[in-house]
This record gives sequence, structure tokens and C-alpha cells, in this order.
Amino acid sequence: MFELIKKIADVYGATGRESAVADTIEALLKDKVDSITRDAMGNLICEKRGTDPGGKRIMLSAHMDHIGFIVAAVEKEGFLRVAPVGGIRVAYSHTRHVCFANGVQGVIVQEPVADNEKPVMKHMFIDIGAADAEEALSMVQLGDIAVYAPDCFRLGEYRVAAPAMDDRIACALLISVMQQLGETKDTVYAVFSTQEEVGCRGAKTAAYGINPDVGIALDVTGNGDTPKTKLPSVKLGDGAAVKIMDNGSISSPEVVSALLAAGEKAGVKTQREVLPYGGTDAMAMQTTRSGVRVGTVSIPCRYVHSACEVIDLRDVDAAEKLLLAYLQ
Amino acid sequence: MELKTLCELPGISGREEPVRMAIYNECVEKLGKENVTIDRMGNVIAHKKCADENAKRLMIAGHMDEVGLMVISATEDGLLKVCAIGGIDSRVLVSKRVKVGYGENALSGVIGAMAIHQQTAEDRKHVLPIEQLYVDIGAKDKAEAESVAPVGTPIIFETPFTLFGDHKVLARSLDDRVGCYTMLRLLDDETNYDTWFAFTCQEEVGCRGAYGAAFRIQPDIGLVLEGTASNDAGDIPEHEQICVLGKGVAISFMDHASIAQPEMFKTMLAVAQEAGVPHQVKMAVTGGNDGGPIQRTRIGAQTCALSVPCRYIHSPSTVCDLRDLDAQYELVKAFLQK
Repeated sequence: MFELIKKIADVYGATGRESAVADTIEALLKDKVDSITRDAMGNLICEKRGTDPGGKRIMLSAHMDHIGFIVAAVEKEGFLRVAPVGGIRVAYSHTRHVCFANGVQGVIVQEPVADNEKPVMKHMFIDIGAADAEEALSMVQLGDIAVYAPDCFRLGEYRVAAPAMDDRIACALLISVMQQLGETKDTVYAVFSTQEEVGCRGAKTAAYGINPDVGIALDVTGNGDTPKTKLPSVKLGDGAAVKIMDNGSISSPEVVSALLAAGEKAGVKTQREVLPYGGTDAMAMQTTRSGVRVGTVSIPCRYVHSACEVIDLRDVDAAEKLLLAYLQ
Repeated sequence: MELKTLCELPGISGREEPVRMAIYNECVEKLGKENVTIDRMGNVIAHKKCADENAKRLMIAGHMDEVGLMVISATEDGLLKVCAIGGIDSRVLVSKRVKVGYGENALSGVIGAMAIHQQTAEDRKHVLPIEQLYVDIGAKDKAEAESVAPVGTPIIFETPFTLFGDHKVLARSLDDRVGCYTMLRLLDDETNYDTWFAFTCQEEVGCRGAYGAAFRIQPDIGLVLEGTASNDAGDIPEHEQICVLGKGVAISFMDHASIAQPEMFKTMLAVAQEAGVPHQVKMAVTGGNDGGPIQRTRIGAQTCALSVPCRYIHSPSTVCDLRDLDAQYELVKAFLQK
């Protein structure tokens, strides 16, 4: 699993710029599903038809996009001024290594601020080693997006850190599930969605096109097991988290029950998750057309939206077995 | 229609009727009644077919509504309490002249506040919020105020349309009558797309009209013609100017409502370059527009916003450059013929 996670996590794919991730996933799944399409929002939609013509349509959604910094202006001296794409935390960004889709590397730096001033994005700039604006604009264009540079590594026996773990861990999980999934009664749509980090925008159009009976988002969630962090109460290594509620959706009780039952059937550990913030593709799916029953299976993750997002492989394994049991 | 005529029509969000009817009539005149509809939200949707039956569906959107105020109650002494419709900076309100209501019966008024003589030193440090302001229409008491300006009456700023300086225009509702003006010009042009013009309503309160319009039209591509904030006046570092008056139409890679698909953004830059249309990339992520709903209604569409830079946007006196307005028109015209 680590090899697959690293392969997917290392691909460039900022929010709104997910096509390289979609290409990588398409190559891995093209022989495993019945059809693969992309829509105007860039969602990769993989369909595996069920054996029962009257079966349900189940949409699983894992987002490909990764928060980043969009180049909004270039200064005479060649420094790039940026705006956030998604929930960038300025405090996590200072002096981080970043990269662009075309391979240009940079360092994001916070300019000095007054003692009583809180650093915000307008105080940040990216140094790409350009001498002036002309050279900078020969390397990147306005509208290009930098992300934290790939850096996927193991931490102890079970844990893995990477900048894009949110949500490439779920992409890897969904790829693995689709590779192992045998015949099913229901039709399964594995959606690798776009622009989740700016408001679940891709999942909205994907869900409209698919018109599913059930939608399940696969995403990371916060943790409650590091110093001074108590909510949500999920812990790394304690199993797949089944979301009851977050700021974007209240999971449908029947989906929660079915997921928990599938976990039991598969003999894996699960944790009930109540997240007092955040949202997943489930919120976009739930309110599409005349409404969709939804749930979310989460992988607990430390330091979300940093350059070192940490997950536990045992939780990924639990989620994989849970989902296979649910779909079969 | 002349830009002056369009700008002088009153039409705050949800009360766009005068603008709607003028636009509807011009669309009917140019495209025929069978190709123009007004939907339930009050959007004007005008359809211009092209020869190719398999052409992509293109939605061109500009919003009819402008920011303004609305009457919410009257005080015992006949002053109107008001709320803002759309995003208005409270700092620009005090002592501005307004028109209360539309048409021949519109009343003159002024936005009043506590006299400076009565303000304490502490008062003067703060911007008076809209709750502490009122509109004075000279009414003698509550009963008179309520009878001539009942709750829900729309209020617009009273700003004469003025041409001045180097190709500049100063007016009230440039955001987004500039987009409407460009769209009306485009009605006459040849197009290689199955083209739908959507003059939308209620953009300033959350792009509410565009949802229904996009659902009806089901576009493959959406172009949003806007007026957008320019911050180029005064002592502003170059990288914080957003866009600059006179430098051409501003092409957006992203705003708070949508991220232009990269291929769409690149196409618009290429079309501008090929056609020699003055253009600039909007250098900031600010605002939001109908591109959000258009991009994500039904199965989605590719979108990009093309804007005329406007100084002092959402204030009583917005300023833009007529050459940028021309550039907006020329860019879309070139795109239609691609």
C-alpha cells in the first residue's frame, strides 16, 4: 500500500489543476472498470456495472485536489505574490519548499511583519530564483498554482507522512478497492473528484451526472490524539472512521448503520466520528437533484493542510476491508 | 442601446424591472420574440442560433442588477431606515443623494447621520454602520413617510452619467451594465456557437438568478461579462492593483466563486492575443460572480470571467475606461467567430 500511496501522493495536482492525477489513476484502473469518463469540471468517473439491472447506483468519491498558492502578481524583483486556493494555513507555510506543474521549484517565505501584526497571505511571497519579473514570467504565468513539494515518507512502523495525504490517501484507497472488487449486484461509480478544497465543487456536477442512490465520500478527518487536541475523538490506528456528522453534512443514519455493519462483517476496527468543523464531498452529493443518502468513511489524519499530513496504514487497511464488505 | 441609457435605468437586486424591460425589448427587436424569454427569477434569456446544429452551447452572462438600498421602516419623525442590498461600504454612504423608488414618482432623498457637531471624539474614530444612518426624504412624520415610501421601496444613488478625462466614464451602475451593454452589442454578431445570452438578476446578493438560467440553458461553455474591482488609483504597490484602467479587458484565472478551467483561461488569452485585443490578467483573487453557478449547474460547464476594470466599485460613483469596454466586446466577438 505504501508504494501506491507514494505514487499517487507525489503527482502534482493543485485544486483546479487535477489532470495529471486523473491520468495516473486512469492508467491504473482502465482494465478494472467498464467505462471511464471526465466531465467539464475534470472529475474522473469510473463505472463498474452491477449484475442486477435493478441494482442500486453507488457513488464513491475521493478528491484528487491539493491546496495550493495561486500566482496573482509578480514583483519587479521577480518574487511571486500569491493567493490561497483552499484552506492554506499561513503559519504552516513559511519557508516551505513548493513546486509548480511544470517542475519549477520555489520557497514560500513570509516577509517581516510588525510585532503586533498577524501574518496573512498578503505577507507571503514565493522565491523561484528569478532575477526580475521578466525572468519570473518566463518560468511561471499568472494563474499557475504552487503546492507543497512531494515528500512522502514512512514514520515509524505504521505511519506515513506526505503533503497531499488529504486526499490522495483516499484516492489510493479507492484505487485499491476497485482493483480488488469482484462482481457486485449494484453498479459502483468510483469518482476521483476535483476542487473539493474550495467547496466540493467537482462532486456536485459528478453527482448530478451519475444520479446515485447512495453516495459515500472517502476523505481524511482531524484527530484527537496529539497534545492539546481532543476533538474529534478519533485516534490514529484505531480503525476506519465512520462519520456521523460534520459542518457540511449529517450522514444518513441508514448509511452509517450499513457501513458500521460492513466493518463488523469484515472484522475490522471502526470509530464513530463527529467532526465539529469541515465538510466532505458527501455534502455536495447529499443535496444534488432530489437528494441522495450519504455517508463518509474517513482516515484519521494529523496536521491536516500542512506539508506533513500523517496517517496510519492500519486505518487504511480497515477502511479498504470495510468498503469491500459494504459493496459485496 | 447607449451605455448612458442602460446605466441610468434603476435596478437594484430583486427590483430589476426597468432594466429587464429595456433589455427584453431590444433583444426582441433584434432576435425576434420567439427567441427571447423572461424566466421565473426575472432573467432575460435570448437565444441566437448558429448554422451548425452540433455547435457547442455557449452561455454569455451579464447581470442587470446593481447594489443599492431598501426601505425597512420609518421613524416617528418621518426618516427612512434602510438596509444595504449587495455589498456596500458603509464609509461611502453618508450625505450622498439618492432616489427613493423608480420612475416619475421617485423621491429625492439624502443619506443622513448625526451632525459632526454632536459626535464625540470616540464617534469620529468609527465608521457609522448603516443601522445608524437614515434616508431623509423631507417627510413630516411616520405616516407620510410610510405612504410615499413603503417598506420594500428600492433606493438607488443619484449620480449623473458623466464622461470625463481620458476616455473615462463615471456612473452609478457600471457593475454590471457594462456587461449588459457588451451583450446587447454582440446580439448583432455572427457566432459559431449555439449562443444563449443570459441577462441575470440578483447577482449582487449571491448569483441567485444565474442558477435557474444555467439550469435552463445547460451550457457547455460559460462566459461571464463583468465589471470588476480595480485598485489602481493612489499609492498602491503594483502587485496589489488587481487590474488597471485602460489596459484592456481583464481575464480571470480564479475568483471566490470559481476557478476557470485552465484550458478555458488559456483559450481566452490566445484569442485575445491573436485578435490583437488589449487585455490583462486580473492579478488577484477577489469577488465572485455568475461563473460559480454556471460552472457547476447540472453536469457542469467550462467558464471564464472577462471584466471591465472599475474603480470605486459598489460605490455611488464608479469609474471605468471606455476602451476597456470596447476590448471586452472585441474579445468575445473574436471568440464567437473562432
